[in-house]
Amino acid sequence: MLALIDYGSGNIRSVENALRHEGADVKLISDPSRLADAQAVVLPGVGAFGDCARGLRERGLWEPIQQWLAADKPFLGICVGYQLLFEGGEESPGVSGFGFFGGQVRKFRAPGMKIPQIGWNSLDLTPHPLWSRIGEHPYVYFVHSYYPEPTDPAVTIARSTYGETFAAAAARGRVAGVQFHPEKSQTVGLEILRNFVAHI
Amino acid sequence: MFTKRVIPCLDVHDGKVTRGVQFGRAEEGGLRNVGDPVELAMRYNDQGADEMVFFDITASAHGRDTMVGVIERTAAQCFMPLTVGGGIRAVEDMGAMLKAGADKVSINSSAIATPELITAGAAKFGSQCIVVSIDCKRTAPDTWKVFVKGGREETKWDAVAWAEEAVRLGAGEIVLNSIDADGTRAGYDIPITRRISEAVGVPVVASGGAGKLEHMVAVLREGKADAVLAASIFHFGQYTVADVKHFLAAEAVPVRIV
Repeated sequence: MLALIDYGSGNIRSVENALRHEGADVKLISDPSRLADAQAVVLPGVGAFGDCARGLRERGLWEPIQQWLAADKPFLGICVGYQLLFEGGEESPGVSGFGFFGGQVRKFRAPGMKIPQIGWNSLDLTPHPLWSRIGEHPYVYFVHSYYPEPTDPAVTIARSTYGETFAAAAARGRVAGVQFHPEKSQTVGLEILRNFVAHI
Repeated sequence: MFTKRVIPCLDVHDGKVTRGVQFGRAEEGGLRNVGDPVELAMRYNDQGADEMVFFDITASAHGRDTMVGVIERTAAQCFMPLTVGGGIRAVEDMGAMLKAGADKVSINSSAIATPELITAGAAKFGSQCIVVSIDCKRTAPDTWKVFVKGGREETKWDAVAWAEEAVRLGAGEIVLNSIDADGTRAGYDIPITRRISEAVGVPVVASGGAGKLEHMVAVLREGKADAVLAASIFHFGQYTVADVKHFLAAEAVPVRIV
């Protein structure tokens, strides 16, 4: 079973639809005890970093996810779910992330660029199982104003450029996060989710 | 490379896609039925549309429920960004559409009537979910005013001032529709698109007037729009989304080709 974390953050129906389309046995999980039955976790996230962190803590999901990450079990963070893997960020000062990756989440600051970045941008990929069969410079859909800056550049598995070059995805072991929305990135996005599901 | 978006817009009346000849003709029976919204959305998805807008012109409670069903069915099959507009008057309406699978909701008259709706929606769902759609019309050589009620009623708002205010209140994107250009197929209103795009820090989607592919190049380049929205040129099969993308690419406009 793949646990899609349901913690009141925006619309997760699309993520559920897309994962199911790729053959995953998806369950919406908001009760931490049910993580015991899960083989993989997907953490979506829409909205502010601080609100998402609070939503997870209020439901008692923070510690179990922290342990999940520490145990190097299959995990995919999407958008703010990716940002939460870092230590903290400019959007919600004083709110801690999981700190799985070293680094802070910062706001776009290149002059002349509209914020948020809304739309399709290409990726420069570093080889990773998530990127099987999607070509070298695939286009994916982004909606965000903030992005994480990993302290260790070796964890970055995809880069993209919006006025400035940023880490569009990061991974270590079986834990990965993507800033873009695979569930909204048509064929390329579905392929990425299929790759995640295949490696559970 | 960051790309400009091409967005087909589906006007939905009672669960069916329609397109009036010009703004506000729905009541006069000037609608031409062009099909099932889910089927059309699938077609545009396959053609490489960057996003899809569904606009509910039914304007009734029954219409809204029908629209929720349309969005649910589309979101189950089309893995692309979906925006819904029309008939959204409260935060609860926004929640229902987002829950059904929409990524963004677009508000127009209701934002003018209740500007706090922008702020409340942005606080609850994030600015990236809240699109403010503006219907504007040139009322003097250098002035564009905001109109509501499908273009029938003039408001006190100057179009540029309202766009700035909407963004200040929390809008994450502006859709600018020119009443003068809508349905004419004579091209987008470039001057007002450019003014608003230069005035606000969020993306601006140009709408109304697309008839030829050159119109799209012009509004993306001279109008500084971040995206183009069009309806009839796609629905009647005049051009596919892929035709538009290839044309834009040949004109050196950055687009995603699938």
